[in-house]
This record gives sequence, structure tokens and C-alpha cells, in this order.
Amino acid sequence: MALEIDILRKAFVLAGGGERVVFDHFSLRVNDGAIVALVGPSGCGKSSLLRIVAGLDRKFSGAVKTPPGRLGMVFQEPRLLPWRNVVDNLRLAAPTLTDAALVDLLAAFELDGHGGDFPGQLSLGLARRVALARAFAVEPDLVLLDEPFASLDRALHTRLRALLSLRIGARKMTALIATHDLDDALLLADEVIFLEAAPARITGRLPIKMPREKRDENLTELRALNANYQVIAPDEDAKS
Amino acid sequence: MIRLVSLVLFLALWQVGAWFVGPHYLPDPLAVGGAIVAETRTGEMTHNLGVTLTRVLIGFTLAMAAGSAIGLALGRSEALDRFVDPWLVILLNTPALVIIMFAYIWGGLNETSALAAIALNKLPNAVVTLREGARALDPRLEDMAHAFAFSRWRRWRHVLAPQLAPFFAAGARSGLSLVWKIVLVVELLGRPNGVGFKMNEAFQLFDLKLLLAYALPFVGLMILAETFVLRPLERKASWWRLHGA
Repeated sequence: MALEIDILRKAFVLAGGGERVVFDHFSLRVNDGAIVALVGPSGCGKSSLLRIVAGLDRKFSGAVKTPPGRLGMVFQEPRLLPWRNVVDNLRLAAPTLTDAALVDLLAAFELDGHGGDFPGQLSLGLARRVALARAFAVEPDLVLLDEPFASLDRALHTRLRALLSLRIGARKMTALIATHDLDDALLLADEVIFLEAAPARITGRLPIKMPREKRDENLTELRALNANYQVIAPDEDAKS
Repeated sequence: MIRLVSLVLFLALWQVGAWFVGPHYLPDPLAVGGAIVAETRTGEMTHNLGVTLTRVLIGFTLAMAAGSAIGLALGRSEALDRFVDPWLVILLNTPALVIIMFAYIWGGLNETSALAAIALNKLPNAVVTLREGARALDPRLEDMAHAFAFSRWRRWRHVLAPQLAPFFAAGARSGLSLVWKIVLVVELLGRPNGVGFKMNEAFQLFDLKLLLAYALPFVGLMILAETFVLRPLERKASWWRLHGA
């Protein structure tokens, strides 16, 4: 079953009175097993969209149908429980995780030897790896990733993206990745969706057919693809 | 070590003071020690200390349990908080004596009224502390728990309780000393036993030696509880902060 998002209206009340409309008749359909990247400037509603899909924000009119099964989520900050160590953080999110799967998972995200560490002892890069590992620990059918590489240096960013790319390809899952970095989208997604701000609307869609493992070496070619993505006229998406 | 030196200095000052003003105004430490031993021999000390301690523990437990529950509810619901807050302010600012007298007049001079009065005096304090704790809960962690479908128990045990523990510990520490002072007044006004009752007896005989003989062991007991129970608990509750947060 596909992920179907139909938001009629979503607005935030502003502190100084009045409100800011984030979504006004916004629709998006994501096929089962598709990896979709949402690209747009910060503040264009990517995080709000993921929160709505995750069921964390119910204050909107419209309907969101998520595929049945488990949800894995990575927030903009790692959001680990600071009073539990790495292994406990993973196990609490995924109680059915077997010992063997746990070892695999720690290895996959290069966390060997950090299982007993507490979040406060971890660098941001390590904490983000734990947050990613946690999302995949639940063997998710739907993964939501909100700027999973934010505020990491370039080397770490690249490394973590490679780890994520492997993990996404390892098992069938539907994924929504919010990012403002086009390279992230080009390297990870089956389809890139371009968003514009306030209220959010889809300005373009770019399907990527190239197999994920070949993308790293062909990044320049992928970037060129971006120039001629399929543009959706503002009028056209307003009627949906 | 410094604590020990400070304690010895306190005793020395007391002794010097006793020499200056005379035993009618301030009995010296040895005389008080003698009175403690004498009272212990007759069994009076142990009995009354035990009675008072039981009241302290029951009143404290009742107040902490009810206060935490109410405080959490208020911290989580703004509407409820706005409604209950005036009552809370009234209760906070009603003199302990008034609450105790009302409890005795309404409920009679019995143990139930006494315990109710003790708990009711500490209650608003616990409510306010735990309300702060509930307000300080991190909504981002709650979202995380929701996204990963934490069960009710896991959410409570691993997400909420660790955040509330420091507030609970702070409430407990300030609460224990408050409760024991209130218990004395409760006993003085309407109970036929306990440290407060004995103190009233000593006061009527102008027996300062006996008064101190009953006050000091309890102070000692509270210091022990504070050092060996409450402070370690508080440290345990926030030890993970030492690992950087």
C-alpha cells in the first residue's frame, strides 16, 4: 500500500498573533518501496510534513494514509535518551531486536565498541549514527529521515551517507528523506521532489533510475540531470 | 572531615555558651547526653522516637505520592493547572497551625486527623515541585517515544521517570525536614505520645535539658536519613549527567 498524503490545510499560530500557512491543498503519493527525497529551502515545511506522516502532529485538516507496519524515524537532532547507553537506546526502540541483529547493526553503522557509551559521551557524528541505527533497528516498513546529516563536517557527512545508502538498499522499505542538500537526494533517492516555501508546493519531480551503488562515481552526471528536471507549473499543482 | 570539624566546633561553642549563661538557660552537652541516656533506659525515648518517626514516614509518603500525582497532572494540563492553581496558593499560604487545628476539630483528636494534617501541610510543596518537573519534560523525547511506539510502561520507566527523578529527589529532601517539624506541632497539639508530646511536657516543666534531649536524637536521625538515603538517591537520579548531557 502506498503512502498517501492529502493535507487540505496546516497552519501554525504565530507568537505575535496571526498564523503561517504551511500547507494548503498539498498532495503527495509515494509508492510502496520507493525512496523519496524532499528537497527545498529550510522552512518550506519538510519537517512539518514528516511529523504529520509520523503521526506526531495531528492538528491539520486532511488525511494521511501510511502503509501498515513499523515506523523508523531520524530527527534533526539525535534525540537519544541521555540516561540510557547506546545498546539500551536501540533496544528500547526495538524490543524484539536479537543479539545477533544488534551486533550486525552496530557493525553496519560503525559503532562497534560504543555499545556501552552514554549519549553524552558521544560526538555528534557518533550520536547521529546511533539515531540512524535506531531507525533501522525496528526493521521499518516506513522510514522518515529529517536532515539526518545536519551540522556534520563534510567527511563525516559523506561517510554517513554511504552507510545509509547501503542500509536503504538492503531491505524493501518506503522512505522519505528531508534534506536541503541536493547531493544527498541524488545519491539516496529513487525520486527527488522539489519543494518551495509557504505554503509548501511541489515545483518539480526528478526520477533517478541509476542503481544506488553506481551513483557515487557518477555524481557529476546526476547533478547535470538536475538541470532538466520535470517542472510542474504553479497552476497545475494548485488544482490537485 | 570538614563536616566533623564543624560539628566538634559546634559542640565546643555550645559548651562555652552553657558556661556563660548557666544551666537554667542552656544545659551543657554532657547534661543533655545524660538525659538522653536516662530516657533511653526507661524506654521512653525509643518509644516516642519510634512513634514520631512512623508519623513522619507515613505523612511524608502520603504527601509525596498524592503530591506527585497531582503535580504531574497539573504540569501536563494547562487548563487543570489554571483551575487548581488558586487552591494551591491558598493551601501553600495557610499556616500549618490552622490546617492542624481544622483537622483536629473536623476529624477529632485521633491518629487519622494527625496524619491528614501532616500530609496536607506537605502536599502543596510536593505538588509545586513535581509540577515544575512535568513542565520541564522534553517534548522532543516524547515525540521520539511516540514515533517508535514505546509502550506506556517503557515511556514511563525510560523517558519520563528519569526526567522527573531530580525533581522528586529535591521535593523529598526539602519535604522530610518540613514534615518532621510539622509532626512535632501535630503531636504537641493533640497526641498523647511522640517527641512533640514529650517536648510539650518538658516545656511546661521548664526542663530545657529534656527538651534538647528529645530534639537532638531526632535531628541526628534526620541528618542520617539525609546523608545515607536521600542524598545518595539524588546522586543516583542524576548520575548520568556526569557523563555529559
